[in-house]
Amino acid sequence: MILQSTWFFLWGLLWAIFFMTDGFDFGIGMLYPFIGKTEQDKCSMIAAMGPLWDGNEVWLITAGGVTFAAFPIVYATLFSSLYTAFMLILFALILRGVSFEFRNKIDNPAWRSIWDKCIFIGSVVPALLFGVAFANIFQGIPLDADHLFQGNFLTLLNPYALLGGIVFVVLFLVHGALWLAARTEGKLHRRAVSAANIIWPVTVLAAVAFLAYSAIATNLYVNYFAYPLLFVIIVLAVAGLLTVKLFILKRAYFKAWFASAIVIVSATFFGVAGLFPNLLPSSINSEYSLSAFNASSSPLTLKIMLVVVLIFVPLVLAYQIWAYTLFKDKITKQDLEHERVY
Amino acid sequence: MDTVFLSRLQFAAATMFHFLFVPLTLGLSILVAYMETRYVRTADETYLRMTRFWGKIFLINFALGVVTGISLEFQFGTNWSRYSAFVGDVFGSLLAIEATAAFFLESTLIGVWIFGWKKLSAKAHATVMWLVAGAGSLSALWILIANGWMQHPVGYTLKNGRAELVDFFAVVFNKFGILEFLHTVPAAYVLSAFVVMGISAYHLLKKQHVEFFIRSFKIAAVFGLASSVWLAIEGDQHAIHVTETQPAKLAAMEAHWETRTQAPIVLFAIPDEKNERNLFQIGKLPGLLSFLGYHDINAQVKGLKDFPRQDRPPVLVTFLSFRVMVALGALFVLLTLLGVLLRNRLLENRLYLMLMVAAIPLPYIAIQAGWVLAEVGRQPWIVYNLMRTSDAASPIAAGQVFASLAAFIVIYGLLGLAGFYLIVKTAVNGPEAEKK
Repeated sequence: MILQSTWFFLWGLLWAIFFMTDGFDFGIGMLYPFIGKTEQDKCSMIAAMGPLWDGNEVWLITAGGVTFAAFPIVYATLFSSLYTAFMLILFALILRGVSFEFRNKIDNPAWRSIWDKCIFIGSVVPALLFGVAFANIFQGIPLDADHLFQGNFLTLLNPYALLGGIVFVVLFLVHGALWLAARTEGKLHRRAVSAANIIWPVTVLAAVAFLAYSAIATNLYVNYFAYPLLFVIIVLAVAGLLTVKLFILKRAYFKAWFASAIVIVSATFFGVAGLFPNLLPSSINSEYSLSAFNASSSPLTLKIMLVVVLIFVPLVLAYQIWAYTLFKDKITKQDLEHERVY
Repeated sequence: MDTVFLSRLQFAAATMFHFLFVPLTLGLSILVAYMETRYVRTADETYLRMTRFWGKIFLINFALGVVTGISLEFQFGTNWSRYSAFVGDVFGSLLAIEATAAFFLESTLIGVWIFGWKKLSAKAHATVMWLVAGAGSLSALWILIANGWMQHPVGYTLKNGRAELVDFFAVVFNKFGILEFLHTVPAAYVLSAFVVMGISAYHLLKKQHVEFFIRSFKIAAVFGLASSVWLAIEGDQHAIHVTETQPAKLAAMEAHWETRTQAPIVLFAIPDEKNERNLFQIGKLPGLLSFLGYHDINAQVKGLKDFPRQDRPPVLVTFLSFRVMVALGALFVLLTLLGVLLRNRLLENRLYLMLMVAAIPLPYIAIQAGWVLAEVGRQPWIVYNLMRTSDAASPIAAGQVFASLAAFIVIYGLLGLAGFYLIVKTAVNGPEAEKK
């Protein structure tokens, strides 16, 4: 029980770290066509996430991998049930990744404009669909007694799930705008700040709407009323969101970004805590739900993976924090000149 | 066309496309790291230019390898959910370990390498590339241990309707996976050596950047020779182990129908699977198959007829892919040996240089053939003797898979073209000019 519960927590944590890290890359990618006006703006925006996006994306592979390792039936059922959604995410991520590398290789506006579009699509599609996917998890999907999915792609695009998608999009937009504000200067910097200021109230609205809608569309609050201490997560999310605004006003953009990271982690855990012990609830009958207790791997596998995760995740965090601090300075013209070589 | 067939086609397309890029990543990272270290040690600008030129090709290739890798992990869940649910206890952890213990390091540090020229000391920057190279090979190790388990499952028990782990170290030290690692990674080195030699030969034929490309060629030739000789030695051990663990694959790769002692190898044949015979064959070498499988010309080798039809792999594809791989492997030893011998007279040997330009695609063909042999030869099993491929697919509509397969073909086709164009363009443009 303790082992399975620990893994349930780690499962949530790894997905939360993925949203927190790659989330700002998605945000910058979504802002890209709107605030990247000049060629130099665009290069600066790519450079702002360039050294980090690849390492960030590995959190997805890790989150997916531990879902596979610790809860194989959940992995199998989730990915095959949400087939179209995951395929679209996959293609979007593929396009985004190559665009960063390909875009500046040929000095031709038509060539660049292809990859510029791919950067936007490759960022907005995963942001939206991960939100849709997780809102569907929070809500439960139509799984029958054999864990077979009795629905289709349109079943997944219900109003609550779409609101979840919007929440993710706006959270990542703010997150990306803040990272950009912290790492750029001049006009681009000002546009990033005003983007954060414009999207912030929308995020507050979307978050409140999502919290309220969750009371109607999901059973998440059952856990909250059983263990009122869990409300701390919601308090943290709301406080984080207010702190974001506070730091923007103080022009402390790294701090604002950090607060936004806490918001994203809390938002993920808002759902995860409410789900416990379910990983994939069935909307047909709660007895058909896949939970940490009926869908986990053997105790031996869980123990081995726990050792692996306890050794390597802190190590990964350490060298990723080192990489982040290496690239925390404002991007200069000289940086861009140099990167043009690659 | 059913879900299983379409999913197999999709996985094959995605893996083969992915593996057009992975080998060059594995080998070129080492060559680039070596060149950069030479630069740090000697302060010779040519080595720096070499690092940057080959580094640029490395990075285009790396990007394509990375993005296409995610699709494989995803597909285990989307298309092979029955497989994933059945083996996740053993197989899932290997993929998760690969990501946390190796791929993270590679992906995080590659960003540091690209953007960190001014932020790190020269020595630290070169070290980063060595770590990228090391993490890449470590990634390959975990993935091949995972594949090795599908080829020869060990360390598990059947419980709760699935394969559950009982001996983690048996899985990690599974000889099949280790041998696959010792085969695949040097094969990747050979491929990288041929790419570097081929591009260098192109410029040497045009007599441009002569010093630069002679130096590149020499490094690659030595690397390629060592790796291709190693491959031949290791390949021999590999064959013995396949004989022991996957006798049906051995019989299929030699189109060997009748169980017998002193079993022969035929150089070429056209297997007729329906009538269980070879339609046409040339070059029968008596006893050699017994020797290949057991290092004993008198050993008995089980023929295909002694396996039930439903347990036999497709013979023609297995047979041909083995031949292509081995013939090319032998050629690689010869060509790299010639390269090492001619290393100080390259410019005078234009014919050899032309040959080496033309040879660039060959290791790609050999590596793909090797994987076809490994994976098609494992059929009809997804996990050898444990789970049939036909029982492993997701319970999803064929139409969904058809749509995603079509999308894969279009997107990968376009990306392949764009990537190929960029790599060729970068290669043909040559290195940046020398600083005067």
